[in-house]
Amino acid sequence: MGTTTTNGNKGGLPVKLTRKDYQSDQDVRWCPGCGDYAILAQVQKVFAELNINRDETVFVSGIGCSSRFPYYMNTYGMHSIHGRAPAFATGLKVSRPDLNVWVITGDGDGLSIGGNHLIHCLRRNVDLKIILFNNRIYGLTKGQYSPTSELGKRSPSTPLGSTDNPFNPLSIALGAGASFVARSIDTDVKHLQATLKRAAAHKGTAFIEVYQNCNVFNDLTFINVTGKDVKADRQMPLTHGQPLVFGKDKDKGIRMTPNGIPEIVSVGDGDGQVPLSEVPLHDETVADPGYAFMLGQLQHPNFPVPIGVLRAVEAPTYDEMVADQIQLAKSQAKATDIESLWHMGDTWDAGSTAE
Amino acid sequence: MQSQQESASHTPIPAANPIEEVDTVVIRFCGDSGDGMQLTGSEFTKVSALAGNDLSTLPDFPAEIRAPAGTIAGVSGFQLQFSSRVVFTPGDQPDVLVAMNPAALKSNLEDLKKGGSLILNTGAFTKGNITKATYETNPLEDGSLDGYKTYKIDITKLTKECLKDSGLNSKSIDRCKNFFALGLTFWMYNRPIEPEVESINKKFAKKPELAKANIQVFKAGYHYGETAEVFTESFEVRAADIPPGRYRNIMGNSATAIGLVTGAQLAGVELFFAGYPITPASSILHELSRYKAFGATTFQAEDEIAAACAAVGGSFGGAIGMTASSGPGIALKGEALGLALSLELPMVIVNVQRGGPSTGLPTKTEQSDLLQCLYGRNGESPMPVIAAMTPSDCFYTAIEAVRIAIKYMTPVMLMTDGYLANGSEPWKLPKKEDIKPFPTTFRTDPEGYQVYARDEETLARAWVKPGTPGLAHRVGGLEKDALTGNVSYDPHNHEAMCHTRAAKVMAVQNSMGELLMNGPDQGDLLMVGWGSTYGAITKATNLMQDEGYSVSSCHLRWIHPFHPKLGALLKRFKKVVVAEMNLGQLVKVLRAEYLIDCEPLCKVQGKPFKVIEICNKIAERAGKVS
Ligand code: SF4
Repeated sequence: MGTTTTNGNKGGLPVKLTRKDYQSDQDVRWCPGCGDYAILAQVQKVFAELNINRDETVFVSGIGCSSRFPYYMNTYGMHSIHGRAPAFATGLKVSRPDLNVWVITGDGDGLSIGGNHLIHCLRRNVDLKIILFNNRIYGLTKGQYSPTSELGKRSPSTPLGSTDNPFNPLSIALGAGASFVARSIDTDVKHLQATLKRAAAHKGTAFIEVYQNCNVFNDLTFINVTGKDVKADRQMPLTHGQPLVFGKDKDKGIRMTPNGIPEIVSVGDGDGQVPLSEVPLHDETVADPGYAFMLGQLQHPNFPVPIGVLRAVEAPTYDEMVADQIQLAKSQAKATDIESLWHMGDTWDAGSTAE
Repeated sequence: MQSQQESASHTPIPAANPIEEVDTVVIRFCGDSGDGMQLTGSEFTKVSALAGNDLSTLPDFPAEIRAPAGTIAGVSGFQLQFSSRVVFTPGDQPDVLVAMNPAALKSNLEDLKKGGSLILNTGAFTKGNITKATYETNPLEDGSLDGYKTYKIDITKLTKECLKDSGLNSKSIDRCKNFFALGLTFWMYNRPIEPEVESINKKFAKKPELAKANIQVFKAGYHYGETAEVFTESFEVRAADIPPGRYRNIMGNSATAIGLVTGAQLAGVELFFAGYPITPASSILHELSRYKAFGATTFQAEDEIAAACAAVGGSFGGAIGMTASSGPGIALKGEALGLALSLELPMVIVNVQRGGPSTGLPTKTEQSDLLQCLYGRNGESPMPVIAAMTPSDCFYTAIEAVRIAIKYMTPVMLMTDGYLANGSEPWKLPKKEDIKPFPTTFRTDPEGYQVYARDEETLARAWVKPGTPGLAHRVGGLEKDALTGNVSYDPHNHEAMCHTRAAKVMAVQNSMGELLMNGPDQGDLLMVGWGSTYGAITKATNLMQDEGYSVSSCHLRWIHPFHPKLGALLKRFKKVVVAEMNLGQLVKVLRAEYLIDCEPLCKVQGKPFKVIEICNKIAERAGKVS
């Protein structure tokens, strides 16, 4: 990312930027108490910390509560149409690889109406950062169940409870071959900041699912895993190179049974326990997506949910490959002036000899 | 250019066969879709172009890639009119029909001119094929071909005979038979064979054994015509008196692609084209993907919607975003086009129309998307709509689309159709100095920048490239404040913005070229057309003017907004007839716009108008000049 340099300050030393520098002049209009505020704040803080150039950054969003995000960032921005942000962003990034492009979407926008664009963007590995605000509800349209709502969800459109199985955003991203996949939580300020930084540094599509509380239509939907008193036992914090352990005393671990199914084990040197040395170390860089997919499938209540970076692998980006092809075509072209394009193929002279 | 006599001298014509001079010929090659009729047709086109004829072509192929062999559904055809005069259409009725199997004969015979020549491959007239073509009796024997000059030739067998020592398997041998037919027609029209030999060598460069076989069969066909004394005469069509210059045979979609690239270069901006495969628009994507060195970046999106959205993304980044599709795809793009016009970003959308509704007739032509292009979006969403008239005019219309898009900061709908897309004609290549550049200015000055402040003349807002220091701004599909561009729900602001967006599109009238008129600007009857009907309407009008009818024609390049002189012109005629390949869409708009009575002449058969159909209408509606 060639964006950690100056910030439009004319020539002088880089100034220390603050969150304020990334705030636009527009009033933020989310409901008071909405998790979106926290995410906006962390993005602005991280941008300030990384000294990201405002003028070279574009936020693109679709439709939904979260998609108002670009209006509040003092960067270039486009609030587009429902579900299509990855497609706009792809066009932008491919034609302007020099820009730093972020996509803001939600569970309805990104996984329902725009599911197709999201998976294709991920499989292409366009160099975009995608933050999916998952609140498991349609907020802006007043509370219908979403593709991440749990089975049986009661909502205005499902008075007797929904009858569809939810999507797991991480599995979708990993299934589409995403090169960077992470999960974080709106209220976990430090973790969210760290995850945003990792995404900002990743080359290729970076996908972050953020658990976001919609206190108006789906309050406390993640409380079973984010609650202060339960989170140690119900979250599996992922750190590259560290063992897959969780619990307040790090005394529980995840490992695979011989037939490839994850299981929870008690970690320690006692009877019936598994020594720490035998608990697998988390490796984000495993080329085979199967490992990360296994992690992504860990779900409450049977397992702790993974929080952190599941996968971060290096892969050529789509925009880079397109640029390379153009470069190659230009270097091999016999002529690039427009007249030679007109004259391509069989031409002949006529008219002069006609009687 | 070599004269006809010189080229012919390479291949002397036996004295027994007199050469008759004719000025215009319409020939149609038809056969099974596996028979290579498109190739045969385009090769014959090439040699006719080289001979200096003016010409126009009409390929006609089935929607299925390989419909069951021998069936009517699988028939593919290619029609060509070539002439020593100016040609406007591929011709109403073939003078010569080459039919490679019974199904091709069955589905094409009714078009052949009475007394026309019919070349039949009798080898394909097996019992099975005759049944598959739904004939009850063998047409070769039941007298149904009386009234035509029928040449029965067992092309299948002659091809086999010719290649028996080639070492090719029988399937490959059978696939060479179209070149026998091509050879025959080369002899009939006294064409030099050397350029064709060269062309085959080039085409099959990677498979020299096939090149050799095809050349052998091609020559065999030619010599068969010469020596078998099946044909009593051969013909010559002299070079046409066309403006001197360098020519290239061009199909509409190629011309569109080249025009888009040219437009972007004239504007001095990068071109970003996003498409999704759809008949008959796909070849625009194919062509542009080969023009990377000329500044074209292409993207095959996951769907039609994404293609339109990606193009808007490209425009936001400072490239000219483009997409192309056909009716069904245009329907899917509608919402993104609404966003483009609300963001007021330049963009070009090409609609290569085909038969509708729904999947309709993918490989056939129609003009029934006009109202869709004009109005097919939610809200008050005006957009300039322009249409190309001929295959080579697609080039100029594409440039015009780019010009309007950037000058007025608006998406522009460029309409062509399947007939233009796949049809071809000689294109006199322009000189660079003939085409005026229209350089783009991007705003870079942060001083006093307001996102929706407008140019007084064009009402366009400034185009700003992301990355420009100090100009960071946000735009979106929500209604915007008329000046700052910030979200605004103010009722009066919204009304003002709706009016402004409409007025901006109307401002395109200030920079239009001349209205295209053919004939006096007043009289009994004005024939009005738009798009690919140009050739048929113009030819018919010319013919009827020669017959003494009081008729003129006017062809519309700009459909929204209309040309500022159109209203007055319409009122100077007693009657107005609009010929279009739909059930009367332009007619509706003209009536609404000008409160005049105009009458539709409609055709929705998936086929272009015949000149005669328009002549008949003119005869009905126009009086003779006294
Ligand atoms: S509806 Fe829910 S998600 Fe939307 S702004 Fe309000 S609290 Fe946030």
